[in-house]
Amino acid sequence: MRHQHGGKPMSRGVPEHLRGDRFYSPAVDIVEKEDEILLIADVPGAKPDDIDIQFEDGLLTVHAKVPVRYPDGVEWLQQEYGVGDYLRSFQVSEAIDVAKISADYANGVLILHLPKSAGLRPRKIAVNVKA
Amino acid sequence: MAVPHFGPPSLDQFRREFDRLLNNFLGELPESGLPLPGRQRIPVNVWETPEAFFIEAEVPGVTTDQVDISVVGNEVTLRINRPQPPEESVTYHRRERQAGECSRVIKLPGEFDPDRVQADLQHGVLTITLPKSEAVRPRKVQINVR
Repeated sequence: MRHQHGGKPMSRGVPEHLRGDRFYSPAVDIVEKEDEILLIADVPGAKPDDIDIQFEDGLLTVHAKVPVRYPDGVEWLQQEYGVGDYLRSFQVSEAIDVAKISADYANGVLILHLPKSAGLRPRKIAVNVKA
Repeated sequence: MAVPHFGPPSLDQFRREFDRLLNNFLGELPESGLPLPGRQRIPVNVWETPEAFFIEAEVPGVTTDQVDISVVGNEVTLRINRPQPPEESVTYHRRERQAGECSRVIKLPGEFDPDRVQADLQHGVLTITLPKSEAVRPRKVQINVR
């Protein structure tokens, strides 16, 4: 299923090597809000259908396939980044309601919504005033 | 597609890579939320064919109104204004993505036709096509045999 990339990928960070394939680690922001954690990952070049999100044994893995987009034997004048699949895993705790994880994708940015478990959300405790 | 299988060596690799989502969540001090200085530049891939020059930049999260391209002579100036993420009532545990304004000047080794420059933005990848001027395009010269 995975394709091999022709050419010589240049630095876009250090690519991960896994079973002989080359992956890039996407830049992410992890933002904590009151009721959820947002995991925002840059995966430019990936089509929405080619993004695969797996959750297994507490490990959330994002794999985005990126097709080669240059013609064969291209004459490079400058090559400052490589193009290839993105892969990165995150450990997710029981404090996240895994069943309710959802994802949005637009303009090369993947946003994963990780809702906090109900028991861990901040709760306002009413103070009873006794007369 | 196939589920990636992670063997023990790559698991170690991942362990290093593990985001401290939980640790932070449970009260460890968050890492500095500021992007590293000097990261505000736009990496580009530039290539050419006999007909045109091509400049490509990865600009995730950017929409067409946040890109400005101008050409003077054989120089192309690219300005990007990445949307700033919200700051209020949130805590950043990781902040690796670029935000804010940045620009880049790319000098091409030949002339192009400024009126025919095109730009295309798809899935966070910006591609600028700059057709070469007729004068610099390779031309086959007929040799007259006497």
